[in-house]
Amino acid sequence: MGDPVNAIAAWLRNLLIGLGLSPGLTTVLLTALGVLVMATFVTVIDILLVWVERKVVARFQDRLGPNRLGPFGLIQPIADVIKLLIKEDITPRGADWFVFNLAPIMALATVLLMWAVIPFAPTILGADINVAVLYIVAVGALGTLGIIMAGWSSNNKYALLGAFRTVAQMVSYEVPMVIVLLVPVILARSMGLQAIVDSQSTWFFFLAPIAALIFLITSIAELGRAPFDINEAESEIVAGFHIEYTGMKFGLFYAGELLHALTVSAVFSTLFLGGWRGPFADQVPILGVVYLFGKAFFIYWVIMWIKYSFPRLRIDHMLGFSWKFLTPLSLVLVIATAVLDKILRGTGNAPIAFPYVLLQLGMNLVIAAATVIILREYARIERKRVAGVRPVATAIEPDFKELVAQE
Amino acid sequence: MSVIQLIFLITAVITLGAAIMVVAARNLVHAALWLILTLFGVAVMFGLLSAPFFAVVQVVIYIGAISILMIFAIMLTRRGLLDSGSQFNKGWWVAGLLSLLSFTALVWMLSTWEGFHTPLPELSRDTDFVAALGAQLVNPGGYVLPFEVASILLLAALIGAVVVAWEKKA
Repeated sequence: MGDPVNAIAAWLRNLLIGLGLSPGLTTVLLTALGVLVMATFVTVIDILLVWVERKVVARFQDRLGPNRLGPFGLIQPIADVIKLLIKEDITPRGADWFVFNLAPIMALATVLLMWAVIPFAPTILGADINVAVLYIVAVGALGTLGIIMAGWSSNNKYALLGAFRTVAQMVSYEVPMVIVLLVPVILARSMGLQAIVDSQSTWFFFLAPIAALIFLITSIAELGRAPFDINEAESEIVAGFHIEYTGMKFGLFYAGELLHALTVSAVFSTLFLGGWRGPFADQVPILGVVYLFGKAFFIYWVIMWIKYSFPRLRIDHMLGFSWKFLTPLSLVLVIATAVLDKILRGTGNAPIAFPYVLLQLGMNLVIAAATVIILREYARIERKRVAGVRPVATAIEPDFKELVAQE
Repeated sequence: MSVIQLIFLITAVITLGAAIMVVAARNLVHAALWLILTLFGVAVMFGLLSAPFFAVVQVVIYIGAISILMIFAIMLTRRGLLDSGSQFNKGWWVAGLLSLLSFTALVWMLSTWEGFHTPLPELSRDTDFVAALGAQLVNPGGYVLPFEVASILLLAALIGAVVVAWEKKA
């Protein structure tokens, strides 16, 4: 009884084969049905996320949030959806009709694609491909494409600026993200997410806390959420790439953004917090789903906490932070992790022992301490430069005698 | 016809159609988007050939990096470099003839190859191709030399980009 999903799938398979369908066709039908169920499940959670977002931001800002419709305002997201559905659908003059309509679909669909590889439980997962970590990076790049398409096709300068900013941000933050993703891959000896979860008898967060932190920061940047939301900065470029979108087309962008945040949280939980691991998850697989979503919602809350606590970064500071700080740090981290791993565990797939965890954690602490010392020295030099003698602009005194002589 | 063959045929038609649209589209941004569809079709082909690593790398590098930079560059130009002139010149039939000839020659050469008619061996699902690929890339008897040469080339390109973009202080 612990695994209703596979039980229903097996029952349906027997039913369809009993009806006279070929096994190959049955597999295709069941796969299509699985995709449909998964996408619907995630989208329904997405509606709930609207409520979570509004309620939590209200608490951060010392307000009550939606509390009129239903208990705790739980029916509010339904009202939001109805409002979005009945708004007028406008395509601006001069917009590229096809690309303009394709962009919101891309924005939501690419987020849904990511759920294909996230393992929900030991037996419940979409596809256990052995390159799942790279797959997540690839799908993230497609999502960026949706934003660029929206920005370009809107025929609006603000939207185009938003698209430009997205490209700069995405290209810079993808570099430390991909590098740091190698750390769990090294520790688990595999790029498959199920294998990574399987080898987390100790959560990788305790083996590689800096890597986890860098992954969280770069993910937030890829999400385009505050403090990295320069692609839709309200005070500078109105709403950035989705300025011209109305009604449900805007709704798709909004839903995509919220769901992307939860997806990133789920990926983070899978990579660093043990995914579906928890008490009795091996015996009762359905419990794994509860654990995964529990961890994912905690990280989602952390992302919101960051969003509503930090001001927006200036673009040059943001890019400098990625290229001058995160990228070198992640490179050092990957090299140190790989060397230590090679010395302690060799090339085989030995299980992770307790002294190994301690040594990896110690290495992370040493790197963190060194980073803090270097940053402090840098800040000291920078302060000295700012506090020092400033060049004062002076006008050159005109030489009156010469001027008179010329006349 | 098996399901895999059906998927292959659909993907092939979409990939070829999109490839034609890349050169036929008048709007450069549209051409770039069609190019992305073509590259995605190639990625699906890799997936059908049980090479998921190449499929994913195809998307990461060609769509995620190269195409997006191309679109970025095109967006910086005025009105997407709309071209209203004729898309053919006087020598179009020569080019068509040459393309047809080289395509026929390629097909003929492939058909004389012994591996052309042998069906592909079934790969077991448990083989870790990524690990095997990685081991071969750093194996002295394998591909370590080309791998290192390629990395030095990329490093040179990286340094070159920094030098080009370096702000000269007067």
